[in-house]
Amino acid sequence: MPNGALKPSEKLRVAIVDDEPLARQLLREYLDADGRVEVAAECANGFEAVKAITEHQPDLVFLDIQMPKLDGFEVLELIDPGVAVIFVTAYDQYAMRAFEARAVDYLLKPFGEERLWKALDRARERLAEGQPAGAFPASRAELAAAARPPDQRLERVVVRDGAKVHIVPVAKLDYVEAQDDYVCLHSEKKRYLKQQTISALESQLDPRHFVRIHRSYLVRLETIARIEPYSKDSRVVVLTDGTQLPVSRAGHARLKELLGEAG
Amino acid sequence: MHPIFSRRAWLVTYLTAAGVGAALLALLLRAAGALSWPAAVELAGPLALLYAFVCLTPWYLCRMLPLGATHPAKVAVEHLGSAVLATGLWVVAAQLLGRIFDASAGAQAVTPYLSAVGLLLYSLSVALHYMLLAMRASREAAIQARDAELRALKAQVNPHFLFNSLNSIAALAVKDPPQARQMCILLSDFLRRTLGLGEKASISWEEEIQLVGAYLDIERIRFGARLQVEMQIDGACGQCQVPPLLLQPLVENAVKHGIATMVDGGTIRVNSRLEEGLLQVFVENGYDAEAPAPRRQGLGLRNVRNRLETSFGSAARLTIHTEDNVYRTEMILPCQTGR
Repeated sequence: MPNGALKPSEKLRVAIVDDEPLARQLLREYLDADGRVEVAAECANGFEAVKAITEHQPDLVFLDIQMPKLDGFEVLELIDPGVAVIFVTAYDQYAMRAFEARAVDYLLKPFGEERLWKALDRARERLAEGQPAGAFPASRAELAAAARPPDQRLERVVVRDGAKVHIVPVAKLDYVEAQDDYVCLHSEKKRYLKQQTISALESQLDPRHFVRIHRSYLVRLETIARIEPYSKDSRVVVLTDGTQLPVSRAGHARLKELLGEAG
Repeated sequence: MHPIFSRRAWLVTYLTAAGVGAALLALLLRAAGALSWPAAVELAGPLALLYAFVCLTPWYLCRMLPLGATHPAKVAVEHLGSAVLATGLWVVAAQLLGRIFDASAGAQAVTPYLSAVGLLLYSLSVALHYMLLAMRASREAAIQARDAELRALKAQVNPHFLFNSLNSIAALAVKDPPQARQMCILLSDFLRRTLGLGEKASISWEEEIQLVGAYLDIERIRFGARLQVEMQIDGACGQCQVPPLLLQPLVENAVKHGIATMVDGGTIRVNSRLEEGLLQVFVENGYDAEAPAPRRQGLGLRNVRNRLETSFGSAARLTIHTEDNVYRTEMILPCQTGR
C-alpha cells in the first residue's frame, strides 16, 4: 500500500506514464539500472494510467503531461494522494503548477541518470515521511484546483469510478450537489461522485454560467427553468427537467444579480 | 516638420478651415462693436492665417512633454506659458494690423475677445496634438507587434519539438544506435533548413515540402506506429514561390492537436496540386473530439493566415473544416514562379 511509510530497504514500486514508447523505454532503462526500483506498470495514456495506478498501487509515478485522453494534471487529480508523483515533460511552463500540486519533482526531457537519481532520492524521502494526518488537503482534486491558473476555466470535470474514468464536459453539467467531502455531479440524467468540495469546484467554473444557489447546490444558469416561491420567505429553483432545488437567501441574491445582467 | 506639411490634401484642408475661422473671427470682431465691417475683415484675415500657423507649434512642445512620462504640473505650466505667449503675440499683431488699417482704437477694444479666443484655440490645438500623437503611437505599436510576430514565427523552431526529439535520440542511443544516428541526421537537416528561413521572403514549394518531410520523418520515429503519413504532392507545384513556413505549422498542428490526442494515433494526409495558377493544399488528420480544446492552437494558424494576407491579400485563403472527427485545413494561394 502506498500510504504506509516506505522503509529504506524496500523496493520502490513505480509506474511510467508517457505516450511516447521511446520516452518510456529510456526511463525504464535508467530505472532498471537501479536495483532498488521495480517498474510495476507502463502506460501510454491517461485512462490507462488511472486504471493501472488504481490496480497496482505503486509508490511513485513518472507522469508525462501532454497525453491522449487525460493530461498529467487530470491523472494526478484522480489518483490516491499518497502516491508520489514526478512529472516528466519537455515543457517547462508547468513546473510551478506541478509543485503547487505537491509533485515530488519535475524532470525536463531529456535528462540524465544523475538528475533521475536525485528525483528518486526526493521521492524516497517523501515516502519515508509517510503520510502524516492532515498533511494533505481533502484530495488531490483540491490541490489541482489550487494549482490551476485563475484565468483558466475548467472545460471538463474528470471523475474516477473505481478504475474507470468519466469525463463530464462542463457544458453538459446541469448541477452539483455537495455531499460531505464529495460532490455529486448531475449531467444528462447521470450522477457522478467526486472527492472534492463544492467550493473548490465552484472556484474552477465560470461564474457567468454557474451560480451557487445554496450552500449545497451549484447550478448551471442555462438549466434553470424558473424560480418559484416555496414557503413564506424561501424559494426553489425548478430545472428544465423538473428537478427542484432549494435556494438560500444569499443564493437568491446572486441569482437575481446574474439573471438581471443577462436581461 | 509638422506632419500637416507632409500631404498637400491635409494642408489644403487645414487652410480651408483657417478660412472658415477667419470668417468667424470677422463676425466676432464686428459683433464686438468697435470695428466697422471692412476693418473687421481686414483684421480677421491675416490674424486667422497667422494663428493657424501658431496653432501648429504645440506639435513640438507636445512631443517634448509626453503625457504620462512628464509630471502633470510641468505639462500644465509649459503649455499655459506657451498659450499666453501665443495669445500675446496675436494681440500685438492685431494692434499692428489696427495701425496699418487705420483702426487702432477698434483693434484695442477687441483685445479681451482676441485673448479669450486665442487661449481657447491654443488649448484646443494642444489637446488635438496629444490625440494625434496617441493615434500615431498606437499605430506604430500595432505595426511593430506584427513585425515582431512575423520575425519570431519565421525563425521559430518549437523548442518542445526539439527537446522531445533529443529525448528520443537519448533513448535510441543505447538500444538502437543506427536509428539514433538517423534521427540526428534528420534533426540536423530540419534545423538547417529552418534556421536559414528567417531572412528569406520566399522559398519554392518544393523546399517547403522537403522541410515538412524532414519534420514528419522525425515525428514518425517519436510516435512510432501511431503516426502514419500520406503525402500526395503534384510535381507541378514544386516551382511555386511562397512565403516560408506556410505548410509546416499546419502539419505541426495536425501532429500536436490531432495525432498526439489519440490513443491509437492516425494518419496525416497532405495533398497539394496546381490548378489554374492556384496552389491548392490540404492537410487532413483525425483528432479526439473529447479532448479539451487546445488553448494555443490559434497562434500558428493565425500566423499562417496573416502571412498569406500580407503576401497575397484576398487572392489567398485558409479554411478549416471539421467533420466526423476529421480536421481538415485547406489553403489556396496564387502560384508565382520565377523571380
